[in-house]
Amino acid sequence: MHAEANRQTVELRIRRQDRPNAAPYWQSFVLEARAGANVVSLLMDLREHCVTKDGERVDPVAFEHNCMEEVCGACAMLINGLPRPACSALIAELEAPIRLEPLPKFPVVRDLMVDRARMFEHLKQVKAWVRIDGAWDNHERAPRISPQDWAANYLYSRCMSCGCCMAACPQVGSDQAFVGPAPLAQVRLMNAHPTGRYDKTERLHAIMAEGGLSDCGNAQNCVRVCPKAIPLTTAIGELGRQTTLQALKDLFGND
Amino acid sequence: MSASARQVIVIGGGLGGLWATLALAEAGHRVMLFSLFEVMRSHSACAQGGINAVLDMKGQHDSVQQHIVDTIKGGSYLANQPPIQSMCEDAPGLIRTFERMGVTFSRTPEGLLDQRLFGGVKHKRTCFAGASTGQQLLYGVDQQVRRLETEGKVEKQEWWEFLSIVKDVDGVCRGIVAMDLRSLEVRAFRADAVVLASGGLGQIYAPKTTCSTNSTGAAASRVYQQGARFANAEFFQFHPTAMLGEDKTRLMTEAARGEGGRVWVPKDPGDRREPLRIPESERFYFLEDWYPSYGNTVPRDIAARAIWKVTRELGLGVGGADAGESRDRVYLDLTHLDRNFVSTRLGAILSIYRKFAGQDPLETPMEIFPAAHYAMGGLWVDYEKDPTRGGMKAGSPRNHATNIPGLYACGECDYAYHGANRLGANSLLSASYSGRVAGEAVASYLSGLEQGAEAAPAALFETESRRQADLNQQFSRPRGDQNPFRLHRELGALMTTQVGVVRDNAELDAALSSLRELEQRFERLDLSESSRWANQSLAHARQVFDMVKLAQVMAASARARDECRGAHFKPAFDLAIPQGKFPGDPEFEAYRERWKANNADWLKTTVAEYHPDGPRIAFEPVDLGLLAPEQPRDYR
Repeated sequence: MHAEANRQTVELRIRRQDRPNAAPYWQSFVLEARAGANVVSLLMDLREHCVTKDGERVDPVAFEHNCMEEVCGACAMLINGLPRPACSALIAELEAPIRLEPLPKFPVVRDLMVDRARMFEHLKQVKAWVRIDGAWDNHERAPRISPQDWAANYLYSRCMSCGCCMAACPQVGSDQAFVGPAPLAQVRLMNAHPTGRYDKTERLHAIMAEGGLSDCGNAQNCVRVCPKAIPLTTAIGELGRQTTLQALKDLFGND
Repeated sequence: MSASARQVIVIGGGLGGLWATLALAEAGHRVMLFSLFEVMRSHSACAQGGINAVLDMKGQHDSVQQHIVDTIKGGSYLANQPPIQSMCEDAPGLIRTFERMGVTFSRTPEGLLDQRLFGGVKHKRTCFAGASTGQQLLYGVDQQVRRLETEGKVEKQEWWEFLSIVKDVDGVCRGIVAMDLRSLEVRAFRADAVVLASGGLGQIYAPKTTCSTNSTGAAASRVYQQGARFANAEFFQFHPTAMLGEDKTRLMTEAARGEGGRVWVPKDPGDRREPLRIPESERFYFLEDWYPSYGNTVPRDIAARAIWKVTRELGLGVGGADAGESRDRVYLDLTHLDRNFVSTRLGAILSIYRKFAGQDPLETPMEIFPAAHYAMGGLWVDYEKDPTRGGMKAGSPRNHATNIPGLYACGECDYAYHGANRLGANSLLSASYSGRVAGEAVASYLSGLEQGAEAAPAALFETESRRQADLNQQFSRPRGDQNPFRLHRELGALMTTQVGVVRDNAELDAALSSLRELEQRFERLDLSESSRWANQSLAHARQVFDMVKLAQVMAASARARDECRGAHFKPAFDLAIPQGKFPGDPEFEAYRERWKANNADWLKTTVAEYHPDGPRIAFEPVDLGLLAPEQPRDYR
C-alpha cells in the first residue's frame, strides 16, 4: 500500500455507448495502475489521456463517482460481469483484462453512466419513510429501541441505493414491474420502526400489488452481490410472513 | 398550496439543502431542489462519527452552556457567538426530530440514545449511528423530502449544475441559470429566493482530501464572483486521521479516538518491527504526552499539527527519515480495545480500512496522516441577534442571508459557526441546523416580499443564460494544450504544499502567483472531448476554473492574516504557551497578555470581495457578547 511500491500495467475493456439509444461498442485501454489503485482511480487517470490500445485518441469515458469509499453508491457498474461499486474494486484483486460495463437493468445515459431514477420511484411506491407530523421539534422523543432491534435495523439502513441487487436480480427488468430487493428491504426497515409501523398496512398493500413481493423468484443473487452485506433475502422472508398475515387480516378484518 | 406560496430554489441536496427544503415546503412554498446527482449521494453521507447535542445521557453534568463554550473556544473565539448559542440550544430538538424520522441512532442497553466522546470536549455529547452517522441522518431527511415529492410540494432537478444567479437591476436575486448535465442545455429558472447549500471545497486540495469528488466549492465561487462576500477563507481544517492513498485520503473518524483509540509512533524511527511487536515502553504516544489533559481527543487543528511536527520536524514518522514520502504516517491503534465494542461502534470505518488498505484495524494499527477535510470559512451570512435571549432571533429574514438580497447560504458553504477550527461532530449539527434556519428565514423574507420573480423582465434571464452558454462554448473550443483534469491535479498539489497545515508568507506569495498563472492557463484549455451529450470534461473544466478563483481567496485571506489562530498556522507569528507553565504562573500570565494584545489586532472576521484583479480583503468585528476572550485555548 505504500506509494513507491509496485505498479502494474493493466488492460481495461470498456463497453461504451455515446447516447441513450446509440449502439454500444467496446474499446480497450492499456494503462499503468498505481499500487492500491481501484477502478474509479484508474478511470480518473484515463480521463487525462484517453487513448485506446490501438493508439486512437477518443473522448474520455463517462462514469459516475463521488465518495470513493463505498458509501454514496454512485459508481456501481458491471466489473468482470459482476455488479459492484467501482471504487472498492481494487485492480490488484481483479482478473485482467478488466471488463467494465454499465450497470444492467437501468437505461444507459452514456458509457458507464446509467439512470437509476426507477429505484427512487420504487421507494416512493412502497412509501419508504416514517411519516412525521413535521420536521420541527415537538418536544417528544421517538419511542425506545432495544440494542438488538437497532442492530437488525442498522443493517438495512446502510442501503445506499447503488442498484447492484437490482442489476443481479433476474426478476428486475425495464419491462417488468418488480420493485426489486432494495426497496423491499426498506419496507422491512420502516415496518420495524416503532412509529413507522403505523403505516405498515399501506406499505404491505403496496408490495402485495403488481410488481411486489410475489415477483421475487428467490434466485438469491441480490444478497450475494450486496456490497454492504445487507441480508436482503432475510428481509424478503420476513415480508413474506407479514404479507401473509396482512392477507388474512384483509380477509377476516383487523383484529 | 396557499395563495401566498412562492417559488424557492435550493441548490444542493446534502443535509443543509434537504433541511432547508423541508422547512420551506412545510411553510407552504414550492421548492425546486437542484443537485449534481441523486441527492442521497451527497457528501453528508461521508460523515462518520456523530452529531453533537447536549442530552447528558452519561451522568457527566453536561450542559448547553458547556457546548457553547467548547464550540467558541474550539474555534479560537473567531465565530460570532449568537449563532453558536442558538445552534447549541436547538441541538437536542434536532436530534429528537431526526429520531422521529427513524434515524438508526446507536442505543444504550435501555434503548435510549447512546452518546460518545469527541475531540476538544470533556463530555460524552455525540449521538451516533455506528460509524455512518452522516449517511443515516442524510437518509432520514432524504426520505422525508421524497414523501413531500409525492405530495407535489418539492420538485427535484437532479443532474443539473448551478452556474450562476440572476440579479435584477436592484441587485436582488431573482433566479438561477443551470446546466443539464446530460443534454448540456443551459436554462434560466425564476425563483423568489435562492438557497445555496452546495457543501464544502476539499477538492481544491485533491487528491489529499477526505472530500467527495463533487465537493469542489464551484457553486460558492460562482456567487462570490457575482458579488457575494466570502468570509474566513483561510480557515480550512485538516483532519488528523485520514488513510494514506493516492486517489483519495479516506477519513478514519475522530470517534476512533473518542472510543479509546491511541495515536503513536515508534520511539526509534528506524524500528522496522511489526507495530504490535513493539513494546509499550518503546512507543511514543505523543498526543497523550504533550496534552495529558485531553490526550488523543485534542481538537483537530492541534492533533493535525502534532502529527505534522512528529513526522516533518522530528523525523519520527513510521519508517523514519529514509522512508521518503512514506515517513508521512503515524499509527492510529484500536487493537487494545474490545473487538466487539469496536465492531459495533466503528464498524463502517473498519470495513473501509479493510477494503482499501487490505488490513484489519482489529489486528494491526492503522496508518494515518492529516488530510484536507472541512472549510470553516464560506459565504458570509448575516444574522439578527435576539436582544432579550442573546442568540439568533428565530425566524428573522436576516438569518443566513448573504449580502445579495434573496440569496441565502447554509451548510458547509457558509462560514457561520466554527470560527478558526471546527469541533468534531459539530458539522452534522451546523449543516442540519443552518439548513432549517435558512429555510425559516427565507419563509420570512418571502412574506415581506412585495414583488416576486414573475415580475422580473425576461431579458434578465435571457442575458444571463446567454452569458453562460457563451462561456460553455469558450471552454469547449480547443485552444491549446491544457487538460482540465491535469489543471485540477496541479491545483491540488499547489494548495497542499503551499496553503496547507503550516503557512509562510513567502510561500503564500508564491501560491498566489502560481494560482494566477493557473488561471491564465485556461486560455489554452483543451477539453479533449467534443461530445454534446453528458460531457463531463466541460462540467469539470468549469468547476476547476471556479476552484482556482476560490483558491485565490483562500491564499489571499491566509496571506492577509499574520497570526496563528485555529487551523491557520503561521509559525513566524506563533505565540506559543510557555512549556510547563499554567494560569497563575508569571510566564503564563505574560503569555496571556501577549495573547490578548494579539486578539486586539487579529480577532476579526476576514471578508473577501470579488474584484477582477484578485480578491479584496477587509475585516469586520466578531460578536463576543457571550464569552469574552479571557482564556487562551489550552488543551494540555
